[in-house]
Amino acid sequence: MTTRRTFLKGATALGATSLAAPYVHAQEPVTLRYLSTAVNQSPGIAQRAGEELGINIEYIAVTTDDVARRVITQPNSFDLVDTEYFALPNLIPSGNLKGMDASRIDRADQIASVIREGTVDGQQVGTDGTAPFEVLYLDSADGQSFAPEPTDFITLIPTTYNADTLGIRPDLIDGEVSSWSALLDPKFAGKAAILNIPSIGIMDAAMAIEASGGITYGDKGNMTRDEIDFTIDRLIEAKRAGQFRAFWSNFNESVNLMASGEVVIQSMWSPAVTAVRTQGIACKYQPLQEGYRAWASGFGLPRTIDGRKEDAAYEFINWFLSGWAGAHLSRQGYYPAVLETTKEVLEPYEWAYWYEGQPAEQDIMSPSGELLETAGTVRDGGSYADRMGAVACWNAVMDENQYMVRKWNEFIAA
Amino acid sequence: MTDTATSGARATPARARSGRRSLGATAEAFLLALPMWVVFAAFFLLPLAVTVTVSFWEFTQYSIEPAFIFRNYTDLFDGCVEDLPYLCTTLKTYLSTLKFCAAVWLATLVLGFTIAYFLAFHVRTLPVQVTFFLICTIPFWTSIVIRMIAWIPLLGRNGLVNAALQGAGITETPLEWLLYSDFAVILALTHLYTLFMVVPIFNSMMRIDRALIEAAADAGASGWQTLTNVVIPLARPGILIGSIFVVTIVMGDFLTIGIMGGQQIASVGKTIQTQIQYLQFPLAAANAVLLLVAVMLAISALLRMVDIRREL
Repeated sequence: MTTRRTFLKGATALGATSLAAPYVHAQEPVTLRYLSTAVNQSPGIAQRAGEELGINIEYIAVTTDDVARRVITQPNSFDLVDTEYFALPNLIPSGNLKGMDASRIDRADQIASVIREGTVDGQQVGTDGTAPFEVLYLDSADGQSFAPEPTDFITLIPTTYNADTLGIRPDLIDGEVSSWSALLDPKFAGKAAILNIPSIGIMDAAMAIEASGGITYGDKGNMTRDEIDFTIDRLIEAKRAGQFRAFWSNFNESVNLMASGEVVIQSMWSPAVTAVRTQGIACKYQPLQEGYRAWASGFGLPRTIDGRKEDAAYEFINWFLSGWAGAHLSRQGYYPAVLETTKEVLEPYEWAYWYEGQPAEQDIMSPSGELLETAGTVRDGGSYADRMGAVACWNAVMDENQYMVRKWNEFIAA
Repeated sequence: MTDTATSGARATPARARSGRRSLGATAEAFLLALPMWVVFAAFFLLPLAVTVTVSFWEFTQYSIEPAFIFRNYTDLFDGCVEDLPYLCTTLKTYLSTLKFCAAVWLATLVLGFTIAYFLAFHVRTLPVQVTFFLICTIPFWTSIVIRMIAWIPLLGRNGLVNAALQGAGITETPLEWLLYSDFAVILALTHLYTLFMVVPIFNSMMRIDRALIEAAADAGASGWQTLTNVVIPLARPGILIGSIFVVTIVMGDFLTIGIMGGQQIASVGKTIQTQIQYLQFPLAAANAVLLLVAVMLAISALLRMVDIRREL
C-alpha cells in the first residue's frame, strides 16, 4: 500500500538521485557486496572480475554459520551471497533470497550433474543430508518452498563444491588409515580433532560411529532424537577418554592444529590440507572406504536486489561460470560448477592431474604460483569421478536441529 | 545518594529566597545529567529490555515470533532438578565458569597486587612508572588471533616449554596439559587481565599517605605488619574495583576459554554464541539474562565486602 508519506519519500529520493548524480552514476562501476566465508573469497577472482567486467567485488568475510545468519537477519547488507546448499532449508522460508532466473544464466544446463541430479557419470551418489539437487529449484521466483522437478527458478548457482574426508599426518601415524572409524580409534587418543560447527561435526561423528559399528543411521543428515542421543553419548564417552586434543571452528584453526602436530588426524577441508602442505609439512587427504562427506556452495541473490546491481550480479555469475574462475578454483583443489569451460582454461596436464587422477606431468602450481606438488604425484583420492562418485552424505541441517544443538552444547560441557 | 541529599539541602534555603533560581538550578542539574541518561538508556536499558523481552519469544529455525512463553527458560534448566546429583549442562557450564573466575581472580589478585605495590612504593619517578605501565599493556598489543597462534609454539606438544623440559631431563614425554586445558585457560586469562587489577590497586596505593607507613615503622611494625594493617586495608577499594573487572570479564569470556581450552571447555558465552549462530535468539537471550543475574549476584556479593561509596 502506498501512503502519501511513502510516496513523498520515494519522490524525494528519486528527485535527489536524478538531480544530483546522473553523470556520476553512468560512469561509476557497480560494486557488488559479496558475502561468504573467507575461504571462498579469492582476491585473484575479484581482481580479474574488475579487469574483465568493470565490476567491483567487495568481499564480506564471515564464518559458515554467520553467512546464514546474515541472510536471515540482515538481507540488505549484501548483493551476492555465496552460501552452502545445506543452509537453504533455513534460508528459503525466510523469503530473503530470490529464485534466480535460469534463462539469464548462460550455462544453467551445463552445471555439473552431481549438483543438478546427484549423479556422477550416470551413477547415483549418496543422498544422506541436504543433497544440492533436492534444494536447487524453487516453485516460483518468490517461492518459499522447493520444487521437486527442475524449474526456471534456481536457488543457488554453484561456486565450489568438494568432498571432505579425514586429513592425516602420515609422518606421525603408524600404519594405514582406511576408515572413518579411525577418528574414534583409541590409538589416536589425545591426537584427534573434530569440528565445533555442530551441524557438520555431528555428521563426521556419525560417519565415524557408523563405521566402528553399533548403529546404522536412517539418514545421517537428518537424525532422529534417539540417533542424536546415541551419537552424542558416544562422543561424550570419547571425550572423557581423552580422544580429542581440540575442536576447531574455522579453516585457520584446522591448519594450525595439523601443522603444529598437536593433531594428527581430523576431518579436513581439501584446501586446508593444501595449506598445510605448502608449509612443507606432510599432510594427506585420506580417501576412506565409507566415502566422503560432500558440501556445495553457490551464489544466491537477495530478494531486494534490482536494476543495475542485479544485471551486474548476473553478469558476474555468468563470467564466473565461463572458465577462468573455475580454473582458478580448481588449482586450489575445489571443483567448479561447469567442468567444460574449466577444462578449456586449464592446461591439459593440470586437467589430467586435478580431474583425471593421472600423475602430474609437470610440477603443479597454486594460483599464486607456489609449488603444490612435484611432477609424478597423483592427487589424493584420485579423479573427479572417484572422489565425487564416492560421496556418502552431504552437509545438512536436520529437522531436529534445535535438539541437536542443545545436545551438542551438552557434549562441549561434558 | 549523599551528593543529591546535600545539594537538595543546599537548594532549600535558596528556594526560600528565590523560587525562580532554584527552578533554574534543578533544570540545570537535570540538563547536565541528561546526556549521560540518554546514552545509558539508549545503549544499556533499551538493549537490556529487548533482550529480556525476546527471551520469552518463540522461535523456529528461521524466525522469531513475539510470544510470552517460559519454554526458553525451562529448556535452559532441562534436567537440572530431576537428574541430580548429575549436573545438567547449564549448571555444569556455570560451575566451570565460576571455577575459572575464582582461579583467575586469585592469580590476578596476587600478581596485580604485587606489581602495583612495586610500581607504587619502589618505583620513584613518573617516567619509569609510565614505562612499566606500558609494559603491562603488552598483552593487548596483539589481536586474539595472533595470541592464539603464538601460544602453540610455546606450550604445544612440540613447543618451547616442552622442548626445554625434555632437554633439561626434567620430563621424559611432552606435557600434554600445558595447552588445551584448564591450566592453559587460567594462564591466558591471567596474562590478559592482570592489568585490570594493577591499575585500580595502583591508584588506591598512590593515595595512601606515606606518613602512615613511616608512622607504622616508627611504632615498631614489621614490613609484613605494615602491609597487612596499613597498605591492604587502604588499598581495598582498588582491590574491589579490580575484582569486579576481572570477575565480570571472565564470566562473559568465551574466546579465550574456547581457544585455550581447545574448544573442549564449555563457557556460558560460547553457549550463547552457538545459539545465536543457529538463530536461536530467544534461547540465547534467556541464557544472557541468566548470565546477567549471575554476574549481578557476584558483584553484589563483592560490594557487600566494601562500601565503595564511602571508600572512594
